[in-house]
This record gives sequence, structure tokens and C-alpha cells, in this order.
Amino acid sequence: MQEQNIINLVNLTKQFDDHIVLDNINLFVRKNEFLTLLGPSGCGKTTTLRILAGFEQPTSGKILFDGQDIAQVPPHRRRINTVFQKHALFPHMNVFENVAFGLAVKKVSKAEIKIRVEKMLDLVNLQGFETRAVDSLSGGQQQRVAIVRALINEPEVLLLDEPLSALDLKLRKDMQVELKRIQKRVGSTFIYVTHDQEEALTMSDTVVVMHGGRIQQVGRPEDVYNEPKNPFVADFIGESNILPGRMLQDERVYFAGREFVCVDRGLGEDVPADIVVRPEDIRIVAPADGMLQGTVGSVTFKGVHYEMTVMTPDGYEWLVQSTTMTPSGTLVGMNIGPDEIHVMKRVAG
Amino acid sequence: MGRRWLVYPYHTWMLLFTVIPLGLIFFYAFTEPNSTQFTLENIRHAAEPVYLGVLWHSVWLAGLSTLLCFLIGYPMAMILAKSSVKYRNMLVVLIVIPMWMNFLLRTYAWMTLLEKNGPLNAILLHFGLPAIQILYTDYAVMLGMVYNFLPFMILPIYSVLMKMDQSLLEAAEDLGAGTWTSFRRITFPLSLPGVYAGMIMVFMPAVTTFVISRLLGGGQYMLIGNVIEEQFLAIGNWSFGSALSVLMMAIILVSMLFLSRYSKEGNGGGMFF
Repeated sequence: MQEQNIINLVNLTKQFDDHIVLDNINLFVRKNEFLTLLGPSGCGKTTTLRILAGFEQPTSGKILFDGQDIAQVPPHRRRINTVFQKHALFPHMNVFENVAFGLAVKKVSKAEIKIRVEKMLDLVNLQGFETRAVDSLSGGQQQRVAIVRALINEPEVLLLDEPLSALDLKLRKDMQVELKRIQKRVGSTFIYVTHDQEEALTMSDTVVVMHGGRIQQVGRPEDVYNEPKNPFVADFIGESNILPGRMLQDERVYFAGREFVCVDRGLGEDVPADIVVRPEDIRIVAPADGMLQGTVGSVTFKGVHYEMTVMTPDGYEWLVQSTTMTPSGTLVGMNIGPDEIHVMKRVAG
Repeated sequence: MGRRWLVYPYHTWMLLFTVIPLGLIFFYAFTEPNSTQFTLENIRHAAEPVYLGVLWHSVWLAGLSTLLCFLIGYPMAMILAKSSVKYRNMLVVLIVIPMWMNFLLRTYAWMTLLEKNGPLNAILLHFGLPAIQILYTDYAVMLGMVYNFLPFMILPIYSVLMKMDQSLLEAAEDLGAGTWTSFRRITFPLSLPGVYAGMIMVFMPAVTTFVISRLLGGGQYMLIGNVIEEQFLAIGNWSFGSALSVLMMAIILVSMLFLSRYSKEGNGGGMFF
């Protein structure tokens, strides 16, 4: 499997003055996958990307690219290209000149440049835009120019730094689909940075959740969503109810004042744990039929469902999503199936 | 709506100190001395070869000085823009400080420095080199122009370079451009508005100066500024002085249009050539 990994980060650490931005990062990126670095601002995801691009030097650790350490290789010699957050299109050049820049610098012949630029503009449906000034383009068009300006160099790895953050919601959704399509078509490795968990789940083959300069969890989007490794991941990916509890034995967990059946095994006997229950996994039933009883607090209409808070006697305020409306102040019962309880071992500290 | 009066002070200022004086210059240029009779005689007189020669010499010297200012100022502006914050402010102050001193004093200081038995020749003699006579030559005048007007070239370029989006340079580097290529294809073209502003701010005062040429060029030395000054102050022929001014303005305007055409085309390498 080793030769399949195009990038290996080994014990990567980055320090700005006294501030540790990346704390011993170990990560491998498979060839041709769509990998997303996901985390809140300041988690180190952008720094990781900038180190990969060559704009920052790691304080220690290795960056292996095809097995070779590239820490000392300057950006213009790396077979990696970047799509910048604010596009960074050259304002004094038109669309054609922007896209052609990488090839022109490499002294590719004019005829070949023309063919390849046309092909690239084709890829993102911008035929006929060659002579347009870049500031006359819409945000989405600029974004697509920025993507093909990087892709025309046929990079082994394309880095994307929150490229969609400047676009409005509708356009962002369209571009997510488009990016995925482009990635499939050109077959390069994409490393994508975002703080938007939905974006990460939609597009990625692998999601890397980062927080405080460390990797919290690496996995397929489904795994990261369904089996968060710790409370941070559970909270950051989607909305969650996170409760303190105890793992009594295999498939038995205690929280919210009672014992539940779950599917987790092998965490030990009678150990403290954090329990995650997704709001959409809680069923509202008649008070007498519920495993838990509580009083409905606020109710908000969210389009597809209602989102409400339910206060249980132990003092925990649950977040519950339901397609039926329950008025505030009602006493309700709540049921949680064994599959829907995610138990996470409590980490020391 | 009620805020319109805020522009009146500006309008009044422009009227009093720009429009009316300009109108008077044109009035004097196209009338006979001491009468209101329209004439083209002053302009014809001003266009005589002897005066055109002086005018050409002024434009040539000012142009060369502007080019020198650009060649010295651009690297300095880049050094300023690239240096660290606390160091940078100190450097900017060092460039601006000479401007706090009186222009005449600074120019007189150069007279002392360059004179026959001055420090420059003392140093040359000390190293066994022959003394040189720079004072009262073209070189001294150009030195004075470059020395006095260099900050006007550095500051606009510096401010454009400072505002430049660093991610553009990163993008260029990312796309395979080395340091020189990204300077040639990104930094320099994008800094042209600053270069253009700097050139105007140096060329304008340089082409009209009469103090620098008077002091460093010696009495015999004539630039168009000296001729005009003489017509107004010594000879008292306001009509001819105005005609020379109009001619000079026309030539400056033409050269500026030339310059702006170049800067818009984006191949800013040439200035007048």
C-alpha cells in the first residue's frame, strides 16, 4: 500500500514564535483521492496546505511526496498547484493569459498553450471567455478560472484553500458537484481545506478533522459522521447531544439517569465515557412509552423538520429533530435505539 | 442634498488659485504687452529656435533625471516594501527627513560639496585621483534634480507595492514562476500606476525648476524655468513670459499623454524612448 500514498506527512510540526500551529501531524494521502482537511479556523488546516504548497517551512518533520522529502523544494519546483481562497487571479491579464500562465512560464509552445487552454476552458464551460478581463467575471466564473489555471499544469496534487467560501449558497452547492466531477475527470489527487462540514461530507473520499493543531479523526465521511472518535468531532460534524455517562459492560451503557442497550463493545467495564446521540435519531413518543421523559422547550421550524429542545429531569437539554410539531411546554417521551447510541471512551484530561 | 455647500471651499480654491491664474497666463500670452489687443506674436517669438532649444534641453535633462530617479527609486521602494515592519518605518522616515529641510538649503549644501576645493575633490585628491569640475555642468543639475525629487518617485511606487496582494505572488510561484519571472510578469506590471505617478511627480518639478539650474548650473546656465523667471522678474515682459509658459505646458501635456499611453499598454519599460 505504501507506493499508493502520494503524500506522507511524518511528525510534522509548525511553530510560529511560541505558538504551536501544527502539533506532530501524521497523515497519508492516497493517489487520486479527494481528501478534505476540516476544522474550525485556527485549527492548522490552512497551515498544513501552505506547507504542502511550499509557502511555509515546517519547524520539524518530513513531507514525503512520492517517497521523497520535499521540505526544501521551492513552490515553483513542486508538482503541486494551489487554488487560492480569494482566487488570486492576475488582474492585469485576461482569462486566457491567466490560464496560460503556468505553461507560458514553462516555455511551452504558443500552439500547444492555445490547445490546452481551450481544453481547460471547455472542462469548466468557459468557452468564449478567453479575452474577458477577470474582474468582469462573476464569482463562480472566477473560481472556475482559478481552478483550471492550476489544473492546466497537470499537477499530481491540487490544493484547494476554501475555494468556495466567497460564493453564495446556491452557487456553492453547484460548484461542489462540479469540483467532484472535475476531480473524477482529471483524476488528480485533491486536497481540500474547509471549515464547512457539509461541504466536507459531500465531496470527500476521506475527511481529516483537525482541531488545535492536531488531527482528531481520519475516515470516510460516513465513518466520521456516524462514529465520531471524540466529543469535538461529534460536535463539529453535524449537531449532537453529547452526555457524560459510563460504559457498564459490552452493549450496556448508563447515561441520563438510566441504562441503555447499545452496540459498542470492547471499551472495558464500568469506565467513564461520552455518549453521542444525533438529534435526528431521537423519536418523540407518548410520555408513558418513552425511555426518557422531558418537557419541550423552544421549537424552531427548519424547513424539512422542526428542531426543538427537550429538558429531561437530570437537567440535560436535548436537541431533537422531528417532522411533527410539538408545542412548547408539552411533556414528551423519547426513544433511542441501540444503533443510535455512539459511545466514545473518555480521554484523560 | 444639503451637503452640497461642502464643495464650495474647494471650488473657490480652484477658482482663485488655478483657474484665474491660468486664465491670466493665457490672457497675457495672447495679447500685446500693456494692451488687450489679441496677437500671436508672443507665441511666435517663444517658438523661435533659441527658446525651443532651451525647452528641449530642459525636457531632456528632466527626462534623464526622471529615468535615473526610476532606476534608483524602484529598487529602493522594493527594499522598503519587503523589509520588516519596524525596520520599514525607520527607512521611510530616513527617506522623508531631507524633505523637512528647506529645498534651497539642501541645494546650497550641494554647491559646497561639489565646489572646486570642496569635500568631493578633497576626497578624490586624497586617493590620488584628479579633481573634477562637476559644479556648473549638466551633471550637477541632474544630481540636484535626482537628489531633490527622488522621494517623489520612491513613495508612490512603495505605496503600490505595499498594497499588492501577496497571494498573487504566491500564485505565480505556485504556477512555476521563479523570482525574476514573477517580478517581470506580476510585480512590475502591477506596480506601473505607482511608476507612472512617480514619473509625473518627478518630471513636472524637474522640467520647470529654475532654482536647481541657477545654483548648481551657475549663472550662465539656462533652463526654460530660468528664461521664464527672467522674463517676469528681470525684464518685465509678462506677455512673452506667459507665452513661454503656455508653450511649456503644451509640451509637458503632450509628453504626459505619451507616458500615459505607454502605461496603459502595460509595456512600461520605455519612458520617452
